[in-house]
Formats: sequence, structure tokens, C-alpha cells
Amino acid sequence: MNTVLSDKKAICFFVIPTILIYIAVIFLPIVMSINYSMLKWDGIGKGTFIGFGNYIELFSDSRFLNSVVHSFLFAFVSIFIQLPISLLFALILANGVKGEKFFRTVYFIPVIMSTVVIGQLWSKIYNADYGLLNTFLKAIGLGSLARDWLGREDTALIASFIPILWQYVGYHMLIMYSGAKSISADIYEAAKIDGASAIKTAFKITIPLMKPVLKVSVMFSLIGSLKVFDLIYVLTKGGPFFSTEVPSTYMYTIIFDSYRYGYGSAIAVFIVVECLVLTVLFDKLIKV
Amino acid sequence: MDGVKSRSNNINRRGKKHRVRIGNIVLMIFLSLYALIQIYPLVWLILFSFKNNTEIFGGNVAGLPKVWRWSNYESAIRQANVLLYLRNSVIVTAATIFFVIMLASMAAFAIGRMKWKLSNTTYILIALGMMVPIHAALLPLFIVMKNLNLLNTFWALIIPYTAFGLPVAVSIFVSFMKSIPRELDEAAAIEGCNIYQIYYKVILPLLRPAIATVAIFTFISSWNELMFAITFINKKPFKTLPVGIMSMVGTYVTKWGEIGAGLVIATIPTIIVYLLLSDQVQKSIIAGAIKG
Repeated sequence: MNTVLSDKKAICFFVIPTILIYIAVIFLPIVMSINYSMLKWDGIGKGTFIGFGNYIELFSDSRFLNSVVHSFLFAFVSIFIQLPISLLFALILANGVKGEKFFRTVYFIPVIMSTVVIGQLWSKIYNADYGLLNTFLKAIGLGSLARDWLGREDTALIASFIPILWQYVGYHMLIMYSGAKSISADIYEAAKIDGASAIKTAFKITIPLMKPVLKVSVMFSLIGSLKVFDLIYVLTKGGPFFSTEVPSTYMYTIIFDSYRYGYGSAIAVFIVVECLVLTVLFDKLIKV
Repeated sequence: MDGVKSRSNNINRRGKKHRVRIGNIVLMIFLSLYALIQIYPLVWLILFSFKNNTEIFGGNVAGLPKVWRWSNYESAIRQANVLLYLRNSVIVTAATIFFVIMLASMAAFAIGRMKWKLSNTTYILIALGMMVPIHAALLPLFIVMKNLNLLNTFWALIIPYTAFGLPVAVSIFVSFMKSIPRELDEAAAIEGCNIYQIYYKVILPLLRPAIATVAIFTFISSWNELMFAITFINKKPFKTLPVGIMSMVGTYVTKWGEIGAGLVIATIPTIIVYLLLSDQVQKSIIAGAIKG
């Protein structure tokens, strides 16, 4: 039996295709990006080696630093506003209400929609003249608040965060819901017998026992915020005047509009390192 | 004495019941309101996809369309080629799902069921791929594919989607395989199966639930992927839905009805698949998240 299960030829046959495609598409490109990031290069010819020049420029580039601040701001909003909303709904639904399945299904719909569709849809919602939001504000007598939400520097950032938060509330709710559901019913039964109220049960029993899933959700929110691209690209492309710029959209502009391959690669490497470091740090610092 | 006590108990209980009922109604209203927030933009999209600009700009932004203009859909299909993009998305996504399932199940079989020294190391390396943002690969892949003349082909998307789908898929398959008893392999070997037959005839059929999970997970991520798609594809015959819709919006700028129709056509297939398989989809997302 063991000879069958350690047949070297068979092992190679099963594993090598995956390893090859993995090396070619994930591993080598990282190495290439690191290499490019040391070059001053516009994509034509070979480029000149400038060592850490791009990185030094990066940390004095206020447009880049602002984009990093925006992504952390987004992480903050998503952890402290979106996740509590998700948690609230997860707890309510896991507690067993009428229509539990219906609500779970509906809340999750935006998650499966394409970000391009969501972006287009929200840019219509935000439209200054005919958008749903301004129409609604005018209808309830708050017409003075109506404005071009995505076109103004002061509101564009928050306006472009909201659709992403809206889209993923259901996603985090589902992860937390599955965590809450996996807690043994006996524990709830015991709490009920002791006369604990639903809110007390949630804070004293359910939430502490949900720590592992909550950790997953916070981690996803954090890393997802640092990588965010799609919705910002569709809604504002980083504008107006860079007020919604995040590292990914900045990288994209630098590479494909300014043809600064080296500098853009330095941003790409920054994003990868940032995500890896924060993942490891988060995992080490927060023990549950 | 006893009678008084039991009566007051009764009243108490009734009061409590009453409170619970009101609490439930408030809860239902609250849940329904939020359901409305999640679903209304979609309903609004469907409504304005049937209107023309005179109607939208004439004040009927939110209401039902006065005339249901199917011509918007005709225009989205005939002139904006939304069905072509839909077809392309189906091709790319189906191929990606096929390759991910085939390659990941093979690799997981070797890692999870066969005995070799580097099995665990290989697994860890592949699983690490889940932490790599696709940003790192964007420019290098663009340059390599340009040199290999792969830009503006379906392969330009199928290959990277497959690669980035493999890590999660392998780990879902490996953990599922652990639940399959090892005696099965032995029995099959005694029956005279070789290792390839054990994979194909014994393990693969048993993997079916995990295959469904991986298929759905891969479907959602590759169907909606934008960054690779807008970078590697700019010729119409190969555009997938996200890219196609982006360019449609660019040409139709102010024609809300036609854009809306395009968005609806792009969205309805996913929504239908989701509503048919909602439990399975939700399970897949949880499995993918917990692995990640």
C-alpha cells in the first residue's frame, strides 16, 4: 500500500501542474516586481538601475502618502462602523427570528453583484441632478443638503466608501452568523435558565465565544481596505484632485497612464509588504 | 394566598409575552428596513432600465416607468453587445472553474492522501499564495503576456484567475479529504486500482460537496474580477462583463435607460444562480473565508 501511496512519478504528475502555474503566475511576478521597483523605466528598453530611489521618492510623495492615509481611514471606518452593523444583524438572525433565511439571503445579495455594476449604480444614486439620494433629500425637505457627492473634494471620499461598506455588510454578517450558529445550544439553554436577557447573553456569552470569527472579519476588513481598487476605480478613479486616491488606484495611474513602470512597481511591492506585515502582526498581537 | 400569587404570576407572564410580541414587531420592522436598504438600489436599477431620459430627467427618478421601454434592452444587446460580454464571461469563468477544480483536486490528492517528504512544505507554500494581493502580479503579467502575444485572448484571464484561485481551492480540498477514511484507498488498491484510478474513481466522486464549494467560490471571484480584466483586455471580442460594461458606460454617458439595461443583463444571471443555490453559495463563502 505504502509503495502505491508514495509513487514518486504519480506525486509529480499530481502536483507539478499546480506548482508550475503557481510559480509562473504568483511567485515569479513578485520577484519581477521587486526587480522593476529598483529601476527607472518607462517600459521601453531596459531601464536604469537606481537602487532604492523609487522607495525614497515614495515616502516623500504626498500624493502617495495621502492615498495610504485614505486606505487606513477606510479600514478604520469598515472595522468600527461596518463590522458592528454586521455583528448586530448576525446576532439577531442567529437568535432565530421569523424569516431568518429570507433576511440572510437578501442581505447577502450585494456581495455577489459585480463591483462595476454596483459602482455604476451608486454613481447614479449620487448623481447631482437626478440621483436617488438628492431626489430623496429634496422630497423630505432637506434639499439644501443636496450636492454633487462624488464631485466635491469634501464628500467624495466618504461617498465612495459607503457603497463598499454597503456591499460587504452581508459578507461579514454571514461569517459572524456562522460563528454564532456554531456555538452549542446547551450554552444558550443554560443562560436562559439563569435568566440572562438576550442582550446580556450576547455580550457575556455569544460575542466572547465568537472571537475567532470576529478576528477573521477584522483581518479581512483591514487587508481588504489596504487593497481596495474596484469600486474606487469605477466611481472616481481617485479624483477629484486625488481626494479619493488609494494606493491601488495610484499604482494603476502611475503604471498605465504615466508609464512609470519602476515607480508603480515600488507601490505594488509596498502594498504586498504592507499586507503581509499587517497579517503577521495582527495574527501575533491578537490572540484569541 | 396561592390564588393571588398565581394570578399575579399570570399577569406578569402576560405582560412579558406582550412585551416580547412588541419587541418582535420592532425587530421585524428593523430587519425589513435594512433588507430594503440592501435591495432597493437593485429595484431602482430595474425601474430606470425601462425609462428614457425625458422621463428620468423630467422628474420621475424613483417611480414606476410610465411606459416599459424594452427598447433599452434591445439597444443594450444590439448596439452595446452586452450578450457578447456575457458569453465571454461565461467562457472565461467556466474554463477557470474547470482548471481550478482539476489542478487543485490533483494537488490536494497528492498532499492530503499520498506519503512524501515535502508534502507539508508544498502545502504551506501553496496556502501562502492566499495572502498575495494580485497587485504584485499585474505589471509583470502584463509585460510577459504582451511578449507572448497573449493579451486580448481568453487565456490572458483564464491563466491568472486559475493561479489565484488555486490556493483557496487546494486548502478546501485538502481539509475535505481528511474526512474521507483512509481505508478506502487501501481497499481500492487491494481491488487492483492503481493510484490514478484511486484519484479518479474513488476520491474525486467523494469530493463532490467540496467541488461545489470551490466552483461557487471561483465563480464569484472570477466573474466579477476587474483589475486584470481591464488591463489585459481592450478588444471588444474578448471583453468580459466588467470591462464591457465599463466601455458601454463610456459611450452611453448620459443614456441612463440603456446603461441600466446593460447593468441588469449583467446582474440577473448571478442573482438567479444565487437564488437557486443560496444555501450552497453561503456555505461556499464561509468555507472560503475561513480558509483564507
